[in-house]
Amino acid sequence: MQSTEVKYEYLEHTADAKFRAYGKTKEDAFANAAEAMFNVMINTSKVDCKHREDIIVNAPEIDELLVEWLSELLFLFEVDFLAFGEFKVENITEKDGEFELSGHACGEEIDLERHEIDTEVKAVTYNDLRVEETENGSMVQVTVDT
Amino acid sequence: MESGNKITDLLTKIDDNIWEIPEDYSPGMNVPGRIYLSEKLIRDLEPETLDQVANVAKLPGIQKFSMAMPDAHLGYGFPIGGVAAFDEEEGVISPGGVGFDINCGVRLLRSNLTVDEVRPKMKELTERMFEAVPSGVGSKSRLRVTDSELDDIFLHGSKWAVENGYGEKTDLEHCEGGGCIEGGDIGHISIKARKRGRPQAGTLGSGNHFLEVQYVDKIYDQEAADAFGLEEGQVSFMIHCGSRGTGHQICTDHIKTMSQASKKYGIQLPDKQLACAPAQSEEAQNYFGSMICAANYAWNNRQMITHWTRDVIADTFRSDIDELGLELVYDVAHNVAKLEEHEVDGKKKNVYVHRKGATRAFPRGHKEVPLKYRDVGQPVLIPGSMGTASYVLHGGDRSMDISFGSACHGAGRVMSRSHAKKEFQGEDIKMQLEKRGITVRSAHPAVIAEEAPGVYKSSSEVVNVVHELDIARKVAKMMPMGVIKG
Repeated sequence: MQSTEVKYEYLEHTADAKFRAYGKTKEDAFANAAEAMFNVMINTSKVDCKHREDIIVNAPEIDELLVEWLSELLFLFEVDFLAFGEFKVENITEKDGEFELSGHACGEEIDLERHEIDTEVKAVTYNDLRVEETENGSMVQVTVDT
Repeated sequence: MESGNKITDLLTKIDDNIWEIPEDYSPGMNVPGRIYLSEKLIRDLEPETLDQVANVAKLPGIQKFSMAMPDAHLGYGFPIGGVAAFDEEEGVISPGGVGFDINCGVRLLRSNLTVDEVRPKMKELTERMFEAVPSGVGSKSRLRVTDSELDDIFLHGSKWAVENGYGEKTDLEHCEGGGCIEGGDIGHISIKARKRGRPQAGTLGSGNHFLEVQYVDKIYDQEAADAFGLEEGQVSFMIHCGSRGTGHQICTDHIKTMSQASKKYGIQLPDKQLACAPAQSEEAQNYFGSMICAANYAWNNRQMITHWTRDVIADTFRSDIDELGLELVYDVAHNVAKLEEHEVDGKKKNVYVHRKGATRAFPRGHKEVPLKYRDVGQPVLIPGSMGTASYVLHGGDRSMDISFGSACHGAGRVMSRSHAKKEFQGEDIKMQLEKRGITVRSAHPAVIAEEAPGVYKSSSEVVNVVHELDIARKVAKMMPMGVIKG
């Protein structure tokens, strides 16, 4: 169903925001999920890449790694007041039953006007969380609490 | 599934407003589900909400029923409007049953001001409130608390605020649990949760949180209204917010631990967001102690906001707080887990009651109802959606029997935020509300569209269900005059 053009799409959810993100690789799908989440909060196309934040997270499961990655970005958004517009996951590895992601996000300090603040994302949930291999690569599905 | 009829086919009608999800609805249910809905409201219910009620029924040690209040709608894991009690020994504690916004709640401040006195000053009043109470995405407090102050807030809740000049002793008496749950444990709160907590004490946040100026439109129960200090034509103030980033982080951190704990203890999870651990396990108690800290943070948050709101009102009307009668009527939590005594199968026992978008509704005579209200029952505060009525009820005589002493917490959404933004323009909604005499001030216009009145169920319909069931009885109806949104 997905074309290679579609990076992500939003699904209907009464209370929260739910989306699927796609990529040729898991790494790309994870990066696109981050963009999907930030587009719930702000207009990512208005964010200039002035500051790069390197991120390494770990988790015992691949889907939990996705939650960790997105939660880390949310934390930086709130605590360091950083809006991100570009996301790259360099590598996802598994070693002795522990997954590790290394990647980065690029952005700048939040500008309440220019970045068009939209819905506040409170947290990343485990609800109906999916990380799947598809014919065209990878698909991930996330529900965030808004 | 499109029509409401099909939903009712899946349910057994027990009585008016009481529907059962039978135990054979889905494999693994330990108890049936119970949903409290009118014939009309049941038509708005998404079938997935039934699945969520059924999923909660599968958790170990659940007592009586997995319940959903009349404002029930689809959540993540637990349904919104969900109530579930678990045996103190054989049951579990689940962070998902509380949610990320730990102790999101509502408080109501009364006044001696009348609607005619306040109406001409609404623009000034809302503008000044908006200035005084930090709101919106990433809003920071006027105060950045130190680490040791943060510890005190985590352990003592509203008491910290009152001891530090943000309010009065009587505020504590008029607050669920005195504005504090004892037994907080700061030992399992991450550095991240602390970092998020320090700059946000006394902030409203965003989303559905608000500060509203209202007037009492109608009194249904004179005796209870007298006890609560409410009368028709009087202006009141409602504050709705929670534990902000620190609560979100505490939940995030502990769900991660609980996910592993579920595996360790061999608990089959129908949904990962229901991650849980046996109530007396280290993991569950570590979460519970941390959750208490977040709940206390939220009570302190609402107390500080109350203080700044009072200052603005006193200043605007060139009077003082006592003269204006700016007393706290009550403060209720609607996302929290509490260890409470309830009667199950004729025996009194301690259970961990999880309320996820549900409010306590203890009846008259209950020892946890403040003395001032003990003859009528605990005040139950039900905020409406933006532009619609809010209600004050009192805990009803059947609440302990029907719903572990719980009632609905609001109107309940029927439309998603993304759909709402396609359907409504923030500026249009704002103009429509202003035509009806409701002033709106918000940090971000998008929040007005996503919280538009049309995205919620009718609050009066929801309130009527709990009233008819005698879970909570109507005392007063308030209409909005002005609202400040994040």
